[in-house]
Amino acid sequence: MKLTGAEILCESLTKLGVRHIFGYPGGAILPVYDALGKSKLHHILVRHEQGATHMADGYARASGGVGVAMATSGPGATNMVTGIATAMLDSSPVVCITGQVSSKLLGSDAFQEIDITGITMPITKHNVVVSRAEDIARTVREAFVIANSGRPGPVLVDITKDAQQASCDFNWEASAPKLPPKRQRINYEPADFERAVELLNNAKRPLILAGHGIMVSGAMRVFDQFVHAGNLPVAMTLLGIGCFPASDPLNLGMMGMHGEAWVNHAIQEADLLIAVGMRFDDRVTGDLRTYAKEARKIHIEIDRSEINKNVKVDAALIGDAREVLEQLLPRLEHRERGDWLGHIRELKGDSAVRDIQGLPDNGHLYAAHVINDLWKETRGEAIVVTDVGQHQMWEAQYYHHNQPRTLVTSGGLGTMGFALPAAIGAKFAKPESDVWVVVGDGGFQMTMCELATIVQEKIKINIAIINNGFLGMVRQWQEFFYDKRYVATPLVAPDFAALANAFGIRGERITSRADVTPTIRSARESAESVLIDFRVEQEDSVYPMVPAGGALHEMIRRPDSPLVETATEP
Amino acid sequence: MQTLVAYVENKPGVLNRVASLARRLAINIDSLTVGPTENEEIARMTIVAHTDEKGAHRLEASLEKLVDVLLAENISERSLLERDLALIKVSADQQSRPHLMELIKVFRARVIDVAPESLILEVSGTVDKIDGLLEVLRPFGVLEMARTGRIAMTRGSDLLRPPGAPPNGAETEPAVKAS
Repeated sequence: MKLTGAEILCESLTKLGVRHIFGYPGGAILPVYDALGKSKLHHILVRHEQGATHMADGYARASGGVGVAMATSGPGATNMVTGIATAMLDSSPVVCITGQVSSKLLGSDAFQEIDITGITMPITKHNVVVSRAEDIARTVREAFVIANSGRPGPVLVDITKDAQQASCDFNWEASAPKLPPKRQRINYEPADFERAVELLNNAKRPLILAGHGIMVSGAMRVFDQFVHAGNLPVAMTLLGIGCFPASDPLNLGMMGMHGEAWVNHAIQEADLLIAVGMRFDDRVTGDLRTYAKEARKIHIEIDRSEINKNVKVDAALIGDAREVLEQLLPRLEHRERGDWLGHIRELKGDSAVRDIQGLPDNGHLYAAHVINDLWKETRGEAIVVTDVGQHQMWEAQYYHHNQPRTLVTSGGLGTMGFALPAAIGAKFAKPESDVWVVVGDGGFQMTMCELATIVQEKIKINIAIINNGFLGMVRQWQEFFYDKRYVATPLVAPDFAALANAFGIRGERITSRADVTPTIRSARESAESVLIDFRVEQEDSVYPMVPAGGALHEMIRRPDSPLVETATEP
Repeated sequence: MQTLVAYVENKPGVLNRVASLARRLAINIDSLTVGPTENEEIARMTIVAHTDEKGAHRLEASLEKLVDVLLAENISERSLLERDLALIKVSADQQSRPHLMELIKVFRARVIDVAPESLILEVSGTVDKIDGLLEVLRPFGVLEMARTGRIAMTRGSDLLRPPGAPPNGAETEPAVKAS
């Protein structure tokens, strides 16, 4: 059967199980769009190609499958860069398909020609130029395998226009992936495994550091068994949130720069850290010289290059988290750990009294109140997609996730503007779920054009803007470390409710706590998307905070507390 | 200085990926040689890098993450042979020529071109040997030099073969394809 390259692409995507493509047309990808129109694939027209990549990313994170984004050559492709990097840093399986000028024009500075594979080389897991129709099916199949195997990541396939237009025989069976043969490494020696078992069973103050890898490998069930078999307390990374229920008494909460104080103290006092599918990012370790000095470390990780990168470990078990945990589980012995768990409870008690929830109602609306009320009203069951900044940290602290893939957030790259488009992707992945965007007034203004995508696609998403009139996290750093010189952080915004109306979306503005829950409820009950502009306390800060490069146990705590430590320039 | 060997797909852009990775890790490459192996689909690289053992581990592990890299291994601590090849064009007039010829003999270099005012020498061996020859040639006037950079191989039964290659090297089957 002879098909054009463009038709082969659409046919291959369909056979790979793709149903949604987030994209934006243009000259060099037009043959593909013509074929798309004849296919059963649902194309979502975005308003900016960055949005397409975030949507594909949100789709991938909410579903566990591969998200697909599409753009034309030149500026279409370069607009994808931020979204590709976001997916790379958070190991998200995204396949980006870009049009390219005809192969005979490559390298000639033709109209809208750009070397996008050169540009994206360091921010993709792999990328490739296809200039023959015959190679399209196999290359796309390989892209899907690469994107979603091992440690997942984005793959970009750049297809020249002549390859899209040329015709050739399409044979699915003959186009099976032919990836280079890789060396099969022995993941770890039996001695490493035995050492890990010994460390596990002899630890007095063990603590698990649970990361995104647990979700990626689908290890949630065995992880749960592992935790309870060993009676091991668990600290979460930001991207690990959801892989283990927040309601479990052994789940202590988030670690790191804005982690719970008792979690960071527990890390510093532990005698064994069991890191599972996490990479000791600087935002979770603070100063490496003072990090967990008392603890031996076991690292369960699929990516060899992460071993001993930041923190030297005593036993490295390289492999898929689920497989490694399944092997460790039968060897793990139960311990009571009354002293250790009791000690952590005491640390927690100290923090509870400083909690913002305990603050008297002084008429001010605090972001944490909004998040906490949202959690209660949605019974913790919503998919929450956050942007980056203060609201993101408050979400992680006050929205308690019990289910995997219900928090979608840009961790590694920290991409402002991620939330709204990523939520659109998440909604297509999970149409039955209650999807909430939690976003700051700064980040929302970066990608708010995608409101039009919501309207055009007639999807239901609720948007909570945590509006404090500042680029809040940067303002917080200026407050702590730059003597309150608020340079370029006060932020003028449009009337978001009116803006929503202009797009054809219901908009609300909330200024007092009493209105928070009723408005959230009414938004949930509405069949259409609702945007709520929460006007919160302007100069509130996220506590506790480990200053960048500071020791993990030396946190800046919420003021009006006898234990407040003074902030210093890092 | 650390020495790594990598087997890579013999196709366009792979060298760029490898070099780009070293750049990202802020590792300075002292020399990088690449050439086809007995299997023309696979090329072998010898990378000599200014870094320590930890940096070499990161480079090795990161290289193996590249789809086009079949295998990467730090062989610095193993028993290995290293060779470098240089072509050196040196000034040689009637007076200096006999003295030059003596030095060439000592270093087991070869004269591969003779011109009225210069000679081209070919020398292979360890980096030290070539550096040594260069040092003694300087007073005569080194006009031009081209060096290949190091290639390295582990000794004896310590084999470093591309994945999928037949163990005894007798067959010429293409490498096993992963699915």
